[in-house]
Amino acid sequence: MFACIYAPGNLPLLIECARFFSPHIEEIGEDAVVFDVRGLTSLYGPPALLAREMDRRVGVTANIAIAGNPDAAIHAARLRGITVIEAGREAEALARLPLNLLGGSAETAELLDLWGIRSFGEFAKLPPLGVAARLGDEGVYLQSLARGEGRRQLRPIEDALRFEEVMELEYPVELLEPLSFILGRLLNEVCRRLGARSLATNEIRLRLTLENAPEHLTVLRLPVPMLDAAAFLKMLLLELNGRPPAAAVLKAALVAEQVRPRRTQQGLFVAMSPEPEKLELTIARIRHLTGPDKVGTAELVDTHRPDSFRMQAFAPGAVKMLKRECAEEPRLALRRFRPAKYAQVIVAQERPVRISSPAVSGPVVMAKGPWRTSGDWWRVSPWKRDEWDVETVAGGLYRLYQEIDSRRWFVEGSYD
Amino acid sequence: MGGATLSKTATLREIAPGFRKREERGRLSTGISAVDRLTDGGIARGTLTEICGPVSSGRTSFLFALLSRATRQGECCAWIDASGSFDPASAFAAGADLSRVLWVNCDGNTEHALKAVDLLTQGGGFGLVVLDMADTPEREVRRISLASWFRLRHAAERTGAALVVAETKISARSCSAMQIEMKRKRPVWVGKLLRGIRAEAESQKHYRAQSAEFTAVV
Repeated sequence: MFACIYAPGNLPLLIECARFFSPHIEEIGEDAVVFDVRGLTSLYGPPALLAREMDRRVGVTANIAIAGNPDAAIHAARLRGITVIEAGREAEALARLPLNLLGGSAETAELLDLWGIRSFGEFAKLPPLGVAARLGDEGVYLQSLARGEGRRQLRPIEDALRFEEVMELEYPVELLEPLSFILGRLLNEVCRRLGARSLATNEIRLRLTLENAPEHLTVLRLPVPMLDAAAFLKMLLLELNGRPPAAAVLKAALVAEQVRPRRTQQGLFVAMSPEPEKLELTIARIRHLTGPDKVGTAELVDTHRPDSFRMQAFAPGAVKMLKRECAEEPRLALRRFRPAKYAQVIVAQERPVRISSPAVSGPVVMAKGPWRTSGDWWRVSPWKRDEWDVETVAGGLYRLYQEIDSRRWFVEGSYD
Repeated sequence: MGGATLSKTATLREIAPGFRKREERGRLSTGISAVDRLTDGGIARGTLTEICGPVSSGRTSFLFALLSRATRQGECCAWIDASGSFDPASAFAAGADLSRVLWVNCDGNTEHALKAVDLLTQGGGFGLVVLDMADTPEREVRRISLASWFRLRHAAERTGAALVVAETKISARSCSAMQIEMKRKRPVWVGKLLRGIRAEAESQKHYRAQSAEFTAVV
């Protein structure tokens, strides 16, 4: 079942009204919308009551029609007032409509006019075989429309929604506290609009226009879709605290990217995990302490270059079935010095015998190596070095390396 | 002492009416059978555990084994790295699922590390929280007040997280439910290769002093 509302020159109003009843809406020119109303009778009662409810909501004088297919509804909406067409009676209901509403090519319209066909009803009564022989496929299609037997699918409009809120301030705001009230209001409004459409966001961009200074942009990227205005506000304030605007704020514009909300169901026997919304706020607080790129998940990079990893946002998903088995025996761990500590090393018989560095100093009792590693020679930052595993007299085990090009020694870390 | 006289066989509950036994919330296996036997099944959840020892005593290898076991059970883990010495490649080699490990690199700032561990433990949801102060100077660790340790212990109790602190000397004292002292025994050299280290874990707060030896291999 499809409904059509016809009110010339009121398309935005019609779309807003139709959106209340259905997400599947097609625009018909600038004057009408047709939309799917299947299943609404359980909410509004028979189609006549549903049409009356539409009439009440649309807010302007409009023709409303409900029919079994979109084309019949579109044509019936040209009849004044409310028209409800029962299934199988489309031809009868549309019979008195003038033929010029049917569309089609100018040649066909002229031919029908010459034949003296003036209405849908007259065209519908013509024998189909004769119409097919004289007017071809177009004639057959137009006659099916005149009989109210359209079979086409609805072509819903793309939802070009933009979740943006802008506020121009009457006077420049210098402090974060008064700004927080403004941001809270913008966030509440954006979240309300997102929530009304069952959406969430994973990115919020705040653009602050400043007095005599370039714009200040703050981007909040979230690993999971969220819809918590209070949490967003705290995260934005933490960001602004860490990187405050350079001058007083004149205007605030906030844009939220729309995404589908996260839907998960925890299992009874699944290990507990932090609530993503709460965790994101906690991480934002920690990031505020430690600085960016210091909090997250380390992802190893596919290279042999030592200590190669990239920091990713922490977003633990479902438990992965890892192919690697858990080692039977614990693996020896390396504790890295970042950056590696420069060392002065005394070498005797091609082996390090004494180290002196801020990390470790003393005689070496055992040294095994060297193990040469190199790579990235095709890039601007190649590396080439000789590694040694050494034990000092104090009992500590360290990894030393010597850069081949510079001949300098470094302590990379300790085995622990 | 006025009032009722306590009999010689008075229970602790009679002596201290507010006393309640710590609720046992299960244990996280360390993945090292000898240490599991020593600790009655692993690290207790909802408690603060201290792992201490000198350089190359196997503290980090032990913690990576624990991390590996916990992440494979689907636990979310946090590694608060006071000195910025966490090596993701070593953790991966030990079998840890790095995507379930939140790494906080504090770059030598102990105060930030304490705040981070406090925020994460209070927030809840983590099965294992490691505060790695193994490279932090002892004088800085000693400066942490008993009240801070108590706060962390209380947060761990409330949220059920197993909070493990790695350091060179025991610091949390009465706030830790278990203290494991790691001792280096000897490195294992085979030919031109370092094959591992032999380490000993000794339970310091156990009613019977016990120790377990294990080898961390390269």
